[in-house]
Amino acid sequence: MSEEKQGMLVLEDGSVFVGHSMGAEGEWVGEVVFDTAVTGYQEVITDPSCWGQMIVFTCPHIGNVGVNFEDVESKQPYARAVIARKICAQPSNWRAKQSLPEYLSEAGVPALSGVDTRRLTLTLREEGIMRGALSTVNLDGERLLKMAQNAPDMSVLSPVDEVSLSEETVWTQKLPRKWIKYVDYGGGSHKGTPHVVVVDCGVKYNILRHLATLGARVTVVPANSTAEAILAQEPDGVLISNGPGDPEQVPEETMIAIRELMGKVPIFGICLGQHLIALAAGARIFKLPFGHHGGNHPVQNLKTGEVAITSQNHNYAVDPDSLEDLPLEVTHINLYDGTVQGIRHREWPVYAVQYHPENSPGPHDSLYVLEDFVASLCEKEPAAS
Amino acid sequence: MVLGDVGFLAEIYSQEDNTGFMPKRTDIHKILVIGSGPIVIGQACEFDYSGTQACKALREEGYCTLLVNSNPATIMTDPETADIVYIEPLTVPVLERIIEKERPDAILPTMGGQTGLNLATDLYREGILDRYNVELIGVRGESIQVAEDREDFKEAMTEVGLECPRSYAVTSLEAARDIVDEIGLPAIIRPSFTLGGTGSGTAYNRQDFDEMVERGLKQSPVDEVLVEESVIGWKEIELEVMRDADDGFVVVCSIENFDPMGVHTGDSITVAPAQTLTDKEYQIVRDMARRVMERVGVETGGANVQFAIHPETGRTLVIEMNPRVSRSSALASKATGFPIAKIAAKLAVGYCLHELPNDITKETPASFEPTVDYAVVKIPRWHMEKFPQADASLGTQMKSVGEVMAIGRTFIEAIQKGASAREDGRDGLFDPEAAEASPEEIRHRLIEPNPERLFYIIPALDAGMSIKEISELTYIDPWFLREIDELRPLRDALAGSPLEAISRDLMREAKRAGMTDALIARLVRPAVGELDVRAYRKRLGVLPVYSRVDTCAAEFPAFTPYLYSNYESVCESDPTDRRKIVVLGSGPNRIGQGIEFDYCCTKASFAFAEMGFETIMINCNPETVSTDYDTSDRLYFEPLTLEHILNVCDLEKPEGVIVQFGGQTPLKLVKRLADAGVPILGTSPDAIDLAEDRERFGAFMQEIGLPMPEHGTARSVEEAFEVAERIGYPVVVRPSYVLGGRAMAIVYDEGDLDHYIRSAVKVAEDTPILIDRFLEDAFEMDVDCVSDGQDVRIAAIMEQIELAGVHSGDSACVIPTVMVGEEALEKIRDYTRRLARALHVVGCLNIQYAMKDGEVYVLEANPRASRTIPYVSKSTGVSWARVACQVINGHTLDELKVPDEPRLESYCCKEVVLPFIKFPGEPAILGPEMRSTGEVMGMDASFGMAYAKAQMAAGNSLPTSGTVFLSVNDRDKEHLIPIAQELADMGFSLVGTRGTAAYLRERGLAIETVLKVSEGRPNGVDMIINGELDLLINTPLGGRAFSDEHVLRQVAVAQAVPVITTLSGAQAAVQGIKALRTRDIEVKSLQEHWRLNVQV
Ligand SMILES: Nc1ncnc2c1ncn2[C@@H]1O[C@H](COP(=O)(O)OP(=O)(O)O)[C@@H](O)[C@H]1O
Ligand SMILES: Nc1ncnc2c1ncn2[C@@H]1O[C@H](COP(=O)(O)OP(=O)(O)O)[C@@H](O)[C@H]1O
Ligand SMILES: [Mg+2]
Ligand SMILES: [Mg+2]
Repeated sequence: MSEEKQGMLVLEDGSVFVGHSMGAEGEWVGEVVFDTAVTGYQEVITDPSCWGQMIVFTCPHIGNVGVNFEDVESKQPYARAVIARKICAQPSNWRAKQSLPEYLSEAGVPALSGVDTRRLTLTLREEGIMRGALSTVNLDGERLLKMAQNAPDMSVLSPVDEVSLSEETVWTQKLPRKWIKYVDYGGGSHKGTPHVVVVDCGVKYNILRHLATLGARVTVVPANSTAEAILAQEPDGVLISNGPGDPEQVPEETMIAIRELMGKVPIFGICLGQHLIALAAGARIFKLPFGHHGGNHPVQNLKTGEVAITSQNHNYAVDPDSLEDLPLEVTHINLYDGTVQGIRHREWPVYAVQYHPENSPGPHDSLYVLEDFVASLCEKEPAAS
Repeated sequence: MVLGDVGFLAEIYSQEDNTGFMPKRTDIHKILVIGSGPIVIGQACEFDYSGTQACKALREEGYCTLLVNSNPATIMTDPETADIVYIEPLTVPVLERIIEKERPDAILPTMGGQTGLNLATDLYREGILDRYNVELIGVRGESIQVAEDREDFKEAMTEVGLECPRSYAVTSLEAARDIVDEIGLPAIIRPSFTLGGTGSGTAYNRQDFDEMVERGLKQSPVDEVLVEESVIGWKEIELEVMRDADDGFVVVCSIENFDPMGVHTGDSITVAPAQTLTDKEYQIVRDMARRVMERVGVETGGANVQFAIHPETGRTLVIEMNPRVSRSSALASKATGFPIAKIAAKLAVGYCLHELPNDITKETPASFEPTVDYAVVKIPRWHMEKFPQADASLGTQMKSVGEVMAIGRTFIEAIQKGASAREDGRDGLFDPEAAEASPEEIRHRLIEPNPERLFYIIPALDAGMSIKEISELTYIDPWFLREIDELRPLRDALAGSPLEAISRDLMREAKRAGMTDALIARLVRPAVGELDVRAYRKRLGVLPVYSRVDTCAAEFPAFTPYLYSNYESVCESDPTDRRKIVVLGSGPNRIGQGIEFDYCCTKASFAFAEMGFETIMINCNPETVSTDYDTSDRLYFEPLTLEHILNVCDLEKPEGVIVQFGGQTPLKLVKRLADAGVPILGTSPDAIDLAEDRERFGAFMQEIGLPMPEHGTARSVEEAFEVAERIGYPVVVRPSYVLGGRAMAIVYDEGDLDHYIRSAVKVAEDTPILIDRFLEDAFEMDVDCVSDGQDVRIAAIMEQIELAGVHSGDSACVIPTVMVGEEALEKIRDYTRRLARALHVVGCLNIQYAMKDGEVYVLEANPRASRTIPYVSKSTGVSWARVACQVINGHTLDELKVPDEPRLESYCCKEVVLPFIKFPGEPAILGPEMRSTGEVMGMDASFGMAYAKAQMAAGNSLPTSGTVFLSVNDRDKEHLIPIAQELADMGFSLVGTRGTAAYLRERGLAIETVLKVSEGRPNGVDMIINGELDLLINTPLGGRAFSDEHVLRQVAVAQAVPVITTLSGAQAAVQGIKALRTRDIEVKSLQEHWRLNVQV
């Protein structure tokens, strides 16, 4: 109990949180965000979009089901730190291969357990996203406060460089059928194997797995690929992936490429991909006070009226007012706060969603978005008579 | 659009374009809501909560709500809840009458549990809905069929690619035997269309198998049982889901059973959210649930879907789905703050989820999935002590009578809180008795699921058993066991330490693990009092804080103060400085303390709100209306223990605490609360103690000159015999330290007394037993009254149909009285006033009287709202709980113009329902210990019809022709003559056991003799099984040996043949039968009844 190693997190406003250190030892700074997902911590912390973020899980029990080697969204945990009310060291699940603390320690990620995450969440909700400093070696609050205040803001970092692939790769792994056995998906209304080039700004594996499962040939290219390089792949469609950081800090090459590709090839964006498409088309984006991180947000498709429960993970949103004179229109909104959750180009096959249709973690309700994308790249079936 | 723009949703919806806006239906106006009838095991207050919510929701939308329920103890049958209320039997002919008379446009059948659904199915099948052009809303007739018929359900699941356990429906034992050859043993046997798993069980061998199949075939209303492959030990997971007309689908809550498959979810400890699934696995069950909803065809409402998941392969099976609100949906609503019943009602009238606001956050819609940042644990409350001869192990048939829910920041905090909330004397998971158990005993307790199992986990760990071993014995997931295991080092750190040596950190850690002050007090050395720990803890600054249940894990501000305590660092309670009172609730339902008290607490809260107070509710029962977040201004979902109540009082500083509506739960605490400085409103703590302490009360009665049966107290075995001798047998004996008629017995001679002392209780200096003269053949009367300290108003004098000796809570009863003469009534009125004044009662008082040979005796006085307050309120049309609150707040009865003993134009007859069908093995007889779970009421201008209606509502419809079986004890034989004569005159054939038949034959009645079970065959039992008997009148032979009757009654209970066990009951039944033979049942709304009362 009391002899356990301690760790301390200090936010830039001076709030102090103490817990048991159960992960890697050392000192870190990062952006502190809270995530309300109840299941899927492994997916969350391996999502490249959370690069640089210290993730506060509002769900008190994290780690109960350990870690396995299937449910990963990238090759490693990208979270800067994991903070929870209670982190489990001895998991119980038939697929578990390792405990969460072991996994994080090996990957050099700190973990604080026993933290009053409700207070931490309330603080972030009221004060907005903050920088924080975490130490497991020197628990001097004053010093950590300075570290937090001196930490670089996300808006000056360009983490996409850190997470993007450096070389193009072919992706073939499909999603094991068992995970999607009970959802109407991949029904085979489309035929063919369209070639999808994914611009990797920090892509989640599940996007790639789904594309492959839906019959696409998938090539992943680095974020800084030029339009020519992409077109040289002869893609039937291009997907701009999710990814970390401030969208305005994404390398200029990427923006230029997107701008050039528009109208030439169908483009679909997810999360950061939506920001980039919007920015490339001349729209503005703004930072949300504490972002959307969780698996329970209602999103309405404005065309069909349907509401889906979605998985979300972003800190920025497209400013709908900035779309007024642009050829972009809003297709989806978040019913929590009315923020833009989907856009579409009025003339070209260019569209994007803010949420994560590939889920992981989260409900499978929006897989139709990916399916529609792949289907749109295929030859249309002759209408049945 | 600006972020955080409050009006944006309204703006979107007002566009009415393609955003899917679907306004509510305007083609229907009057909606019939069906209640669930009496409280029985498997169907409790949760349906009052749901129905009440539904009525409120529909009224809010401007619909006229028409409510039918036979249970007068409910809040839903209060005219404040629904526009038109019928308290009538829930049978097809009665419903048809009501429909014919009221002409509703639609029926919402999903709020009344299985009863509501079954009734709606019958109305639909019999063409009554079509005939009167009534639409079923919330669920379609076909959907009910698919969900409720296990065979159809399985077929439907297979069709959409979902797997169920292999099973086959059979209608004969032979067919069943063929099946078991295929699926093997153990096998699950379940009768079709029964409640709460009635009659279901697990057969481990062929003999059990045959027996269970035969019993099941009898219990099923359609003579069908399902023989099913066993998946005992698999994880059991439930999802509470909702779906709207736009195909919007949300999971409100996932619930994981701590006790896996094999123990009914109603008897399982359950945990929300599910703790041992990865996202991938969880999303599979979510997808499956959606598919189940689509296939069954639930388009506008909620459902509960249950799954079994193999703990080593993840193979997932669908177990069942209930296309309606349920016990679990009530739990899910309380666990998340998402009001499932309310939303379901709104979906049923055309709204979609995204068109409805989330009440708690106000600014976000209901189309979302609640996310919680705490853990919720439900622990059932059993009452097995009341059924000592029944099998107390747990299986696929539910046996618990109530439950508590606890919220903590972590699982361990929640489960410890829950364990201390059940009022079974425990203060958490550390059970001193279990700690003494031998290793064999421990193993035994772990292997066979039983109500105590939870408390043997720590002793097992202490005895060196590994988590793996325990998990193998119990199938409980190792994750839960490990969390529990973490308590042990904490306990060891506290145990033996002087209180003052506990550091602030250790104290905080202990509190964060849910350790109660009471536990710490007995762990430290020297042991101290609970309040010493409290004082020390406060000095250390280790104080609870309160977090809000906000549906969203703090993502949005919560506007509802629905709070739970924990030992974190921010308090979100935000107490106001308004004038405020605290109402203490009644905790988990148990026999003797159920929904009636929730009715009282809810009414009290409403009354104080009306008088301008801020109302604060403390309760821990998730089934109730009182724990709905909008019943009171503030809700603290907390155990009703000294520690938790004082914590709330410290923070809120209420003007007063109201203790008289929550039954015995608050009363037990009054003294300690008052000593701790909590202001108690109403009758003074000392007067309460005076009435509660039977020894003090006896002396007091003598002082004020009111007669009681002669009585005495015995502090040793010898003294017991002396006192009994002095008073004269028969005597009523009971331990002084147990409340609520527990372990109470009527003792006829020394031998009986000896047996009682040796088997039932312990007699000692500090645990004396009380001995009263037993008043034989006495009428029993119950009086409820309200006093303002000066004046007294009698609410009603109730006459028990059964004679004294049958607990008043188990007796049928009637207002106004039928048999009691005016002289006795005058005495009762006089005694009532004198006693109320002498006790300086402010608020409610209940007094029980017995009348023998013209003399009236006081049996006991309860200085609180009684079990009968709702029944009396529904009968008289006066809200007595409200009146009591007004006088507590200082108004006088004169000023309030409260009527005294309102005259009724109808007879209002109460009947009880008993749970014997769930406890085979237990003799189905009535006695001084209460065992009924619920009640119904019948109303009519004649007593006979009111009684007949009450019987019908209780499920014992009286026959109007056929054969009556008579078998009574010698004392009753003489009085049986007129009863038998009347039955014969009405054309009934009479049969009787040898003695009874001979006696009646001698007096000129035609009666055939049938054999007793022990005398050979064919006997009474055979006749019941062959459907040859329509009514049994069988009074116990007294003493001990009645195995013969026992079998007979048990078979009758199982075959649903009405059994009457008292002669007074038989007299009433004769009147009922007469009424049924002369005219049709009339239905009348409560409002119509009351109008008549007022006219006079
Ligand atoms: N095939 C089975 N094998 C083992 N246990 C079962 C099986 N089916 C049901 N049970 C247990 O019996 C309980 C009651 O069954 P259920 O189908 O949910 O009926 P009810 O209508 O009574 O809720 C379940 O909660 C589960 O624990
Ligand atoms: N002296 C008595 N003579 C006859 N019956 C009695 C006597 N005392 C109690 N009873 C019976 O026992 C029942 C329970 O006793 P009571 O004192 O009311 O206890 P409780 O606290 O359980 O309500 C009564 O309803 C009554 O039928
Ligand atoms: Mg069930
Ligand atoms: Mg009583």
